[in-house]
Amino acid sequence: MYKYDHYDQAMVDARVAEFRDQINRRIAGEMTEDQFKPLRLMNGLYLQLHAYMLRVAIPYGTLDSRQMRMLAHIARTYDRDYGHFTTRQNIQYNWIKLEDCADILEELATVEMHAIQTSGNCIRNISSDPYAGAAADEVTDPRPWAELLRQWSTFHSEFSYLPRKFKIAVIASPEDRAAMRLHDIGLELIRQDGALGARVFVGGGMGRTPMIAPEINPFVKAGDLLSYLEACLRVYNRYGRRDNIYKARIKILIHEIGADAYRRQVAAEFAHVKTFGIDPPLAELERINAFFAPPAYDAPDVEPDRTDPNFAVWLDQNVKPHKQTGYAIVNISLKPLGGIPGDATSAQIDVMADLAEKYSFDELRVTHAQNIVLPYVAKSDLYAVWHALRDAALADANLDLISDIIACPGLDYCSLANARSIPVAQKIATRFADMDRQRDLGELKLKISGCINACGHHHAGHIGILGVDKKGVENYQLTFGGSGAEDVSIGKIIGPGFDEDGVVDAVEKATEVYKELRQGNERFLDTYRRVGLEPFKQAIYG
Amino acid sequence: MKLLTGNDLGSGAVTWWTGNGWSIHVEDAADVGEHGEATLHAEEGARRVNAPYIIDALPTEDGPRPAHIKDRIRALGPTVRTDLTLKPADPAAGDWII
Amino acid sequence: MVEFRYRTDEVTEQPSVTLDAFLDQSNATAVRLEPDDDARALIPFLDRLTLIEVAFPKFRDGRGYSAARILREAKYQGELRAQGDVLVDQIAFMRRCGFDSFAPESSLNPDAVARALAHYEYAYQRAADAVEPSWKLRHG
Repeated sequence: MYKYDHYDQAMVDARVAEFRDQINRRIAGEMTEDQFKPLRLMNGLYLQLHAYMLRVAIPYGTLDSRQMRMLAHIARTYDRDYGHFTTRQNIQYNWIKLEDCADILEELATVEMHAIQTSGNCIRNISSDPYAGAAADEVTDPRPWAELLRQWSTFHSEFSYLPRKFKIAVIASPEDRAAMRLHDIGLELIRQDGALGARVFVGGGMGRTPMIAPEINPFVKAGDLLSYLEACLRVYNRYGRRDNIYKARIKILIHEIGADAYRRQVAAEFAHVKTFGIDPPLAELERINAFFAPPAYDAPDVEPDRTDPNFAVWLDQNVKPHKQTGYAIVNISLKPLGGIPGDATSAQIDVMADLAEKYSFDELRVTHAQNIVLPYVAKSDLYAVWHALRDAALADANLDLISDIIACPGLDYCSLANARSIPVAQKIATRFADMDRQRDLGELKLKISGCINACGHHHAGHIGILGVDKKGVENYQLTFGGSGAEDVSIGKIIGPGFDEDGVVDAVEKATEVYKELRQGNERFLDTYRRVGLEPFKQAIYG
Repeated sequence: MKLLTGNDLGSGAVTWWTGNGWSIHVEDAADVGEHGEATLHAEEGARRVNAPYIIDALPTEDGPRPAHIKDRIRALGPTVRTDLTLKPADPAAGDWII
Repeated sequence: MVEFRYRTDEVTEQPSVTLDAFLDQSNATAVRLEPDDDARALIPFLDRLTLIEVAFPKFRDGRGYSAARILREAKYQGELRAQGDVLVDQIAFMRRCGFDSFAPESSLNPDAVARALAHYEYAYQRAADAVEPSWKLRHG
């Protein structure tokens, strides 16, 4: 894992001091809320329905046990004993006081953490593959590149007042576990003629106008990447729309001028900025690479004893193959039956930290599906890990099943929301409580957003649910056919919306249609893509 | 009736204008009638409230009931964590929201 | 009014003209750029200019930061002034982008500005100022 040096630490410490000064000036009345808002947002601080909400960055979703324990400590000390893991590999605290905020950031800084640029119209936390370093299919570990980008994007003087927020994801596998092409910039690291570089996709995103990012450059070599991104951002900063907040994302610019025109403008800007020495020497990437060297694997290649049937189910569902023989990737579901997707108590966070320290070379990951990963678990330890997770109510064996729901906080917490998301997630999970039934349905990614901003990724759900406000009453629209994986697609609205119970019934009917029509090993998504919407519509609307 | 609401600048807590101050209990909220704007600006200027706005509400026996579900959730707390609401001991409190 | 100036030369007295006016007649030595003006239109004339004023009608509109970078990248040496809705907490980034004078619409507290400029000893990126990025300090 990356470790801060003197420069990194000085940067984060300076930020704490700066924000403390800004908070003091706000409380003293030297700034209006309108002036303070972008500053607090760039420190991850929102004003939500019940209190301030603080979003803490977990850069590219990687953290160690010390950092994880700090997250529990913050929850226990400054919040209400729990935190909410988000789809962008961050954690949110829902009950924060402005007065405590600088102290919280100061504590986070002691473990090399921060809330820098987790909101605001700037470059946000760089997200990545939660299996990075452990996945068998990766070309390289994408995290050193993500760290390089973290540093480049932190306090970027030119790009801190962009037309709108800007999200970057980096992956290095053909399998996309980070919804890469649904980001403002998606980078897929590839090897070409022996050299590593990035395929660059620009202009994806969810929100009101979902778009899949087109490829803007098939290969940017490592030594040019920051200059190239600088060019991508400069064209956006200069020409992105600022007249309408709903049209201000880069996807709209690229949609309006066309990918070819954007590509040409970026190429011209790149040729210009490349002359100014923006790219660090490759030695810097190598310096960062060294922090991500594989751990000292030493486990024997043994298969776990499957005698305990509950353990076997969990193994089959939540444990994934590792690139190192003798090891496995463990997914910890934060989607207990009837629980709140992504929430974990301080005690649970501590348990996960302990397990990481004892069994996973001190590392954890946060996934965009709001789950936690122990990336390096010896197969011989799996049973012990499962036991400990079960004792902490963290052993739900539902990864990628219908109850592994992504849901935004919705109207229960969020000031932007139009409808509640969490109760819908709870009702669906409860309806499908029978695990055999869930397993029979197989991979089915259900995603719920409480408003058009799509934080719950409903556009990318095999089944997506969008909550809307229909004359003051919560109403839910269903979409089918979305995917955030390598077979990326945007879901389509199937027809008129439903009330809360109605949407649960409609989801159930859709699964029945799927069971009737599926062929071979087809997933729900595959069947839907083959047969189209009509049979589902028939069953749901009659 | 109309209510004036916002959040406390320091703590972020949801607050309601009572006619001569701020309360975290919607039951204490006063009808501001057509005069809410002036109070809003004065109180915001004095930083006794943050991000204030005026909402519609219905007077009931139990006190004012905000017209929109969003403000009822603000008034009580998240429907999915009744233990964190202002009435954690009242299991029926959530019904007031819906 | 110019409240903060980080240059030692004389303040230019000539009022700035709009970009269109400048490109039309062009005797002026001071130009004012609006957010949607293309700073690159000035590149052929930079030798003659002593002041370029970049307007920030709203502090949230960040196009002026790119305008400043582009002008400094083109080796513009004259005064580069940020004018308008310029706030305390923006001045450090503006300095990095190459602005060296500030005419905020609403007067700023000089102590707060001094503190804002002093917060960061290091920077992660190369910009228009002389600060070496941390990767440069790491690798020499």
